[in-house]
Amino acid sequence: MASDTTQQMLETARRAAEATRQLADQAQSYSDQLAQVAAAASSHGLTGGVDPVVFRLAIFALAVFVGYYVVWSVTPALHTPLMSVTNAISSVIVVGALLAVGVDPNADASGGAGWAQWFGFVALGLVSVNIFGGFMVTERMLSMYKKKG
Amino acid sequence: MSGNLAVLLYLAAGILFILALRGLSSPATSRQGNLYGMIGMGVAVATTLLLRAPSFSGFLFMVSGVAIGGGIGAWQARTVLMTEMPQLVALFHSFVGLAAVLVAGAAFNAPQAFGIGAPGHIEGGSLFEMSLGAAIGAITFSGSIIAYMKLAEKMSGKPLLLAERHTINILLGLALLGFIVLFATTESGFWLFLVILVAFVLGVTLIIPIGGADMPVVVSMLNSYSGWAAAGIGFTLGNLALIITGALVGSSGAILSYIMCKGMNRSFVSVILGGFGGETAAATGAVEKRPVKQGSAEDAAYIMQNAGKIIIVPGYGMAVAQAQHALREMADLLKKEGVEVKYAIHPVAGRMPGHMNVLLAEAYVPYDEVFELEDINSEFAQADVAFVIGANDVTNPSAKTDPQSPIYGMPILDVEKAKTVLFLKRGMGSGYAGVENELFFRPNTMMLFGDAKKTVEQIVKALAH
Repeated sequence: MASDTTQQMLETARRAAEATRQLADQAQSYSDQLAQVAAAASSHGLTGGVDPVVFRLAIFALAVFVGYYVVWSVTPALHTPLMSVTNAISSVIVVGALLAVGVDPNADASGGAGWAQWFGFVALGLVSVNIFGGFMVTERMLSMYKKKG
Repeated sequence: MSGNLAVLLYLAAGILFILALRGLSSPATSRQGNLYGMIGMGVAVATTLLLRAPSFSGFLFMVSGVAIGGGIGAWQARTVLMTEMPQLVALFHSFVGLAAVLVAGAAFNAPQAFGIGAPGHIEGGSLFEMSLGAAIGAITFSGSIIAYMKLAEKMSGKPLLLAERHTINILLGLALLGFIVLFATTESGFWLFLVILVAFVLGVTLIIPIGGADMPVVVSMLNSYSGWAAAGIGFTLGNLALIITGALVGSSGAILSYIMCKGMNRSFVSVILGGFGGETAAATGAVEKRPVKQGSAEDAAYIMQNAGKIIIVPGYGMAVAQAQHALREMADLLKKEGVEVKYAIHPVAGRMPGHMNVLLAEAYVPYDEVFELEDINSEFAQADVAFVIGANDVTNPSAKTDPQSPIYGMPILDVEKAKTVLFLKRGMGSGYAGVENELFFRPNTMMLFGDAKKTVEQIVKALAH
């Protein structure tokens, strides 16, 4: 009786081991494929020109650092105007809205251009609230800060 | 206009925005900075119009959009009360978020206008950046709307705790990533729609469990998100002004969140997970019956007239009572009698970073009389009077002495070291954190109950006699 159970347990363990081995094989082949893709990508980067996205990433990374040091130098007394002015400047997304509104609606027959124009129009209205509201309310707050006397 | 010139002009706009933030390092240079920001925006808009000259009808369409939006914005900026700044900023964040979603949608529908391919044949990288920008934008939008409603008290500031909310958020986050990958590989608008939809829901479920006390962190955090959303769209359009601005705003919001968390001695993660500020009822279960020393406005006026140095500690309660103008009048009268008056601001006083400074500036309090915690804390020991108006938790010594207290470890203003502490409060209620303040029961503390504005006006009257 006892030996039967032992036999069963051994059998189960053997099957589990087999399944694990198969999984490991699979993982191995996936990682091989990944490595091939990565190698192809990097050789492309070295021989062909650098992707403009990489330049954009470089500028982005530098701007994060500039932002870090500039914002730490902002006096805590002006943290509220800092938020309202960052709000206003992040509305520079207006350039995307302008491009969308300026789409030629007859450019393609699928009707996508018409949608783009309306999306752009709503976005333009929203960011205009932000640009005018953000800069003006910042100006209003900053004009309140007065020195003694 | 050539493409190269346009890139350089966008870069110039980005640099002007950096100078705009740099100007805020001191109130003296700040307005110059704001002007740089406006010029930068003008450069970016003009460059876009010159680069892709719109048709006449397209131009009229643009002008009407700017006129409607700009008119509303200008009216908001002129009429908003300074106490309402946090909700206005939250609302503005939501607009940036929604604009990011809409621009991503437009870029998907008319890629030829953005120079990223033809409909149905957009580059894979652009698809990824587009959906990422749209997702962050959508989270910013719905999250900011919730924050706006909580700040404007259009919904309860109490944390709303869904069962299994962490599981829900993790599942939504995973679904979001899955849909982004599906969209980037299939270029089907259906997946972009799902990305935006799930991100809207995620924005709501992320912000809803966070309580009113943590709103300064949330507003800063959404500020940061709106920046990352703008950067995502900037990558899609390959626009340097957007990429630089997005990075600036993203790191600015992140730093403000960090400062706010440090001011409350809370970890960023615990704020995000939410739930803080809802235990008030449980904590005040045992009502204190110990006696406190109560005083009248005349007593307070007498004590302050005979003081050499007074430090005023304003909190959000002062803003709610609109007592800042009366407070400045009181300070003027005291200064005339030769008393030295200073203001001490805790980093998390008010509903957003720097809120209290703006409210005091609005009441014509000179900014060189207003000090941050680390600059003034050592001066309380030499002060004759600490005048605490509408603040509570930020003065509570149990943050230093009682490891069991929920606010233990939070930096506090050492008002207890002043010879006399005057507390202006509506009643004996505890603050946001729901903790009893030991200071109320000290022999050198005097409580002045009632509406802060009325009490200060009575003190002014007594001083004028």
